[in-house]
Amino acid sequence: MQSRMVDQAVLASPEGKALPAFEMQRESILSEAHEIASGEREQGFNPQSATLAPRIRAEESRFAVMGGAAAILIALGGAFLALRKNKAEFRARTGVERWAMVVLFAASLIAILTTLGILLSLLFESLRFFRLYPAQDFFFGTEWSPQMAIRADQAGSSGAFGSIPLMWGTFFIGAIIAMIVAVPLGLMSAIYLTQYAPARVRTWLKPILEILAGVPTVVYGYFAALTVAPIVRDFGLSIGITSASSESALAAGSVIGIMIIPFVSSMADDSIAAVPQSMRDGSLAMGATKSETIRKVLLPAALPGVMGGVLLAVSRAIGETMIVVMAAGLAANLTLNPFQSVTTVTTQIVGLLTGEQEFDSPKTLAAFALGLALFAITLLLNLIALHIVRRYREQYE
Amino acid sequence: MSERIFRGTGLAAISLSVLFLAFLLWNMGSKGIGGFTQYQAQLPIDFTKSDLFLDPATLKGPDARETVAGADLTTALSNAAQAAYGPYAAQLFSDAAVNKLTDDILANPNMLTGQSTLWLPVGSKIDVAAKGNGDPAAEKVVNMLQQKHAIHRAFNAQFLTGSDATDPSSVGVWGALKGSFYTILVTILLAFPIGVLAAVYLEEFAPRNRWTDAIEVSINNLAAVPSIIFGLLGLAVFLDVMNLPRSAPLVGGLTLALMTFPVIVIAGRNAIKTVPPSIRDAALGVGASKMQVTFHHVLPLALPGILTGTIIGVARALGETAPLLMIGMRAFVAAPPDGITAPATVLPVQIFLWSDEVDRGFIEKTSAAIIVLLLFMLLMNGLAIYLRNRFERRW
Repeated sequence: MQSRMVDQAVLASPEGKALPAFEMQRESILSEAHEIASGEREQGFNPQSATLAPRIRAEESRFAVMGGAAAILIALGGAFLALRKNKAEFRARTGVERWAMVVLFAASLIAILTTLGILLSLLFESLRFFRLYPAQDFFFGTEWSPQMAIRADQAGSSGAFGSIPLMWGTFFIGAIIAMIVAVPLGLMSAIYLTQYAPARVRTWLKPILEILAGVPTVVYGYFAALTVAPIVRDFGLSIGITSASSESALAAGSVIGIMIIPFVSSMADDSIAAVPQSMRDGSLAMGATKSETIRKVLLPAALPGVMGGVLLAVSRAIGETMIVVMAAGLAANLTLNPFQSVTTVTTQIVGLLTGEQEFDSPKTLAAFALGLALFAITLLLNLIALHIVRRYREQYE
Repeated sequence: MSERIFRGTGLAAISLSVLFLAFLLWNMGSKGIGGFTQYQAQLPIDFTKSDLFLDPATLKGPDARETVAGADLTTALSNAAQAAYGPYAAQLFSDAAVNKLTDDILANPNMLTGQSTLWLPVGSKIDVAAKGNGDPAAEKVVNMLQQKHAIHRAFNAQFLTGSDATDPSSVGVWGALKGSFYTILVTILLAFPIGVLAAVYLEEFAPRNRWTDAIEVSINNLAAVPSIIFGLLGLAVFLDVMNLPRSAPLVGGLTLALMTFPVIVIAGRNAIKTVPPSIRDAALGVGASKMQVTFHHVLPLALPGILTGTIIGVARALGETAPLLMIGMRAFVAAPPDGITAPATVLPVQIFLWSDEVDRGFIEKTSAAIIVLLLFMLLMNGLAIYLRNRFERRW
């Protein structure tokens, strides 16, 4: 603030009035003069900056003195107020605590404000989008090609925003391929860790497994694009699938699956631990072996909890961005072939919003409509999952 | 028999998961370790014969760097290389060598009056070829240099001190690290105090009513919202409505703070819950107010748990890419930011940008940057585990 006041004072002075009126020119002379005044350079390109420098130095010291005086005045005023209030019957603590309470409540309100902010900004921009583009075409259209035609005869640039191929790609990668990888591995890991592994092995293996969840997603994305995708493509070609692409649903989906293993494992861990010991003891007492107890008693009893955990994992997987951006590609195909390239909601949001941006074009607004759909789907999945998990916990309490 | 198969399947599942992790780390490590080194070539250069119009006497004071930058060092290097190694060597050096030569000249201006022999970093094409997977033309130059013992491998300090560049031989992670630092600083300064205060309110003071329920529901939902949605929020609110500067650590930090906040609240509430009621009763019994009990006794005892949760949340924010792409932090930034409103990029975004480059020299730089990022993650998670083991009390 002080530097702005200095600038204003300098510009008002006779030397400052002599400067050219064109703003950019004036600014550059001014910044040169600043550098000369502070000793960063010896002379500027413009001779005017040299005459300006002493004036800047003078104004700076003047404002420094004024600022110091103001600070002393404010401090004296505060001391005067404090001394007047300082009496035996003044309840300082209650006053402070009342304010502290207000601050605490305000801090927790941030949560509601953020949720409202997300909802309102997504809804508002989506409504603007649906004014430009019919909602039923967005939700039920099967063609996605967001490039707007610049010329009328341009091919492949129809500006179609049908979201079905995106929804399918998201579902195919996040809910099918990733879960085929993550659920068996996560579930069996949890069973081994909780039922078989000796305590010392468990204390080592569990944190190691957790590292998988802590690796940044951009690292997974690079790994998927550079290492996994070529392997998947070569494998596809070798078994005779000629359409195998270097950006495939299988590469992105399986890497997401690996990332989500620790999540599934810890959810399964919790649900198995929640099964009452009496059921386990009863089964063993009847003569069932350990694996029979796990398969016929523990797993069926823990199934609702595991299902809830899987739904939460799906919600994680479909919201995942970097892996699919780097490995899944941008081609909106409606295909069942895991070796082909598909695209997802998150990939398209990134694609639509990076690069040239005008806030009114349907391209930018479409990203918010996709965001709204993604938000609604993940919210729904989470609510269902939490409901299942809670019902299941109550059953055994 | 079926017992053993079942147990074996479990063991196989967890081994496979650990193997994936090992493969991932080994893959990044083996690809990236080369990015920390760089081949340098010997170059005899006669400054008196070059066309550099630089006078050692003028190379003093603050403007010296600009003066040297104004001289055509690139051509001088190319000519000297051709004089020493023949016409193949015209492309031997690139920006990295020019930077190094500029530093050398500034450190010792008298060098310009005579002849000297310097070790300078080679260009990216030659570097990639020397490391074993370049094109045949570059391989030829490398072989020729090796026969003359004029090339060796050295530590690449530029990678740790430089910023983004168009030439892979002179890129560095320092600019991105500084951007990450400013961004995370903003995130911690906002999310930690607000998160802890909200956790204290919800756990110690909140009455059971609709407001409290609404707050709890929104916190639990926010913790599960995909991170890219926070990026959309940041774009719509901070950039479009509030008109904050694009691609600045301030906006990135604000966006990540909103994302980290629910994580800290949840960790904070769990930590506060573990403090036994007897502590509160004892303090209340000697006449402390509810506020004093909370801030003098409960909060200090819960702090290690809160800190552990905070560090894990912040580590996640440090590795986050998608929301920052939304608010424009993907611009090409060639200088480290000098404040929270200057244009900046962060380390994960830098990795993403380099992974998109076609130049082969960027492959090992990307993996090397990933090693740096993973080291930071390891450091933070290690700190969290240490804090948990050292300070957490079992009541």
